[in-house]
Amino acid sequence: MRAFLARAPQVVLRAAPPPLRWAASPQGMLTILVLAAAAIFPLAVTNQSTNSIAFQTLIFVCAASAWNIFSGYSGYIALGHAVFFGSGAYAAGIAAERWHVTGGAEFALLPLAAAVAALIAVPFGLIALRVRRHTFVVITIAIFFIFQLMAFNLTGVTNGTIGLNAPFLLWDPVTFDQRFYYLALGLAVATIALSWLIKGSRFGLQLRAIRDDEDRAASLGVRAMPVKLTAFGISGAITGLAGALWFFFIDQVLPQSGFDPLFDLTVALMAFLGGLGTISGPVLGALIIEPAQQYMTTAFTNSYLSQILLGALFLAVVLFVPRGLIPTVADKARGWIERRRSGGRGVAGPASADVRSSADIPASADVPARTDVPASEGTPR
Amino acid sequence: MGSELARAVINGILGGGIYALMAVGLTLIFGVLDIINIAQGVMVVLGAYLSYALSVHLHLDLFLGLLITVPAMFAIGVIIQVAFIRPLHGSERTSMSLLASYAVAIIIEGVLYLIFGPNYVTLNASYVTNSVTLLGFHLPYIELYGFGLAVILVAALYLLLYRTRFGRSVRATMQDRTAAMLVGVDVNRVAALTYGIGVAVTAAGGMIFGATSGGFNPNSGYDLISRLLALVILAGLGSIGGALVASVFMLTIEAIVDIWQPSWSIVVFYAALVIVLLVRPAGLFGRQAARAQ
Repeated sequence: MRAFLARAPQVVLRAAPPPLRWAASPQGMLTILVLAAAAIFPLAVTNQSTNSIAFQTLIFVCAASAWNIFSGYSGYIALGHAVFFGSGAYAAGIAAERWHVTGGAEFALLPLAAAVAALIAVPFGLIALRVRRHTFVVITIAIFFIFQLMAFNLTGVTNGTIGLNAPFLLWDPVTFDQRFYYLALGLAVATIALSWLIKGSRFGLQLRAIRDDEDRAASLGVRAMPVKLTAFGISGAITGLAGALWFFFIDQVLPQSGFDPLFDLTVALMAFLGGLGTISGPVLGALIIEPAQQYMTTAFTNSYLSQILLGALFLAVVLFVPRGLIPTVADKARGWIERRRSGGRGVAGPASADVRSSADIPASADVPARTDVPASEGTPR
Repeated sequence: MGSELARAVINGILGGGIYALMAVGLTLIFGVLDIINIAQGVMVVLGAYLSYALSVHLHLDLFLGLLITVPAMFAIGVIIQVAFIRPLHGSERTSMSLLASYAVAIIIEGVLYLIFGPNYVTLNASYVTNSVTLLGFHLPYIELYGFGLAVILVAALYLLLYRTRFGRSVRATMQDRTAAMLVGVDVNRVAALTYGIGVAVTAAGGMIFGATSGGFNPNSGYDLISRLLALVILAGLGSIGGALVASVFMLTIEAIVDIWQPSWSIVVFYAALVIVLLVRPAGLFGRQAARAQ
């Protein structure tokens, strides 16, 4: 009887149209709840500093999700996304200055910021994506530093250490934060939707095939370079857009704030904390880390303490939830449900298996151990 | 003009020797553990601060202080490896180890800020300020001593790697971890000791860096690590001889560009890296890597 009751809603829902079925699933309900909470947040909380933190958190939701579209799906860990963030901000700033854009018209520059970031991603990707693993990571760091130095040194364009100022917005301080909040929320929702679309698409499957084994994917007909480059460009464009929006909000961009090495790291940490390659992981990571960081900088007069705490959090994630919160918790929950169903007999096996390799591409399960990969990579956990 | 160029070349070689010492530690760690130690830069700064603390509070000579700081950094390295690097395994080990070492770097930087503050400090000794005239060039003693020390330490590392039983097990692990394990090498012990050695050289490198750089603060690690990473990738990851050549070569080029455009010299550094990798993705002396992503 209990078993029947538990299954009943599923039976009914199987007949419902897919959107409705999704809305009634736990993920669907949670998504709708989070969206609703996000939509009314600035109306319920009118505290200015809170709204400012909320806006910056949403910017990081965009940036971390965008980072994940490339790095999470393809497995290429990029530590240079501040290149796109800063370039987006600078593109908007330079264009506004040259074309004398004022007031609300500045938002027309957002697509330009995205386009500039995407254009930068092409040569950047063509250079960096030829190499893999550690070398790729280091190349992205190197290119990041080249960009930061250019922002410092090309004083004719970037104003050097003085930086650029955004056009002045004649908005009421109360609605100022709210409007920016909703702009960022729109961008965040669009980014997450895109991330979801890509993950389920043929393109997303190709990316994840590259992550599991690029050579094998290529031999099976995936045109690796165009696929990687496209993902890199999409990821860069969104990050550039977020950078420009952030610049309009902050009013100023400096070489060290636009091209911030901690930004590179923070977006990666957010994705890792939530779950690399998942859709909700980077969102959750951003929702945890950015407010925590902002809170710590205001709570402690000593900013070094918050830096140490951030590092410790980082280490804790790597050591204790290496697969990220979402996959770990989902696994635990699934195992718990399985045990309930089987009446406490305890089902090991599918529930405790690695979500990634079982859920994604079956091909990865039978990849033979390679001699040039350290043994610990090939051995099961 | 000619003398400026010669001066730049001398500077490049002297500086290159010191960078080579730090880069060898980094590339050694990569070769054995297959991880990039992002913390190497801030560990150099930590080494410099240890020397600073010893010389300010105990009035210990900088070179004598190395007898304390080198073993201390070795111990720190072994502890970090055992506590944070060794537990990592699984499919994301590469990126996880990068993040772990980055986290270690952030923590060390924060602790250094807490203890020493953000102000720039320098290492002082008579031989730091005095200089000798050689072939018409004024060279501070410290640069010569530092270069000499770097050469001695690199030679010692070479002997350790190629003339001892431990060195053979290190090289075996670098070539093939599984095979080394099969013939009885305690890979975990080798990994911990190698990490310790790779970090220990930063104590010496840090002391010389602190004395020759004209001032450092906890933030100096970023600049160092980005240069060191460029060097070891340029050389080809895991190539020790390559790291030596690349260090001297790049520091010389940087010093030459520095004559005309000081603010762009570091860009040349990274641009050279990008160009070399366009032609040779495995680096100048690296083995062609054919592995899965």
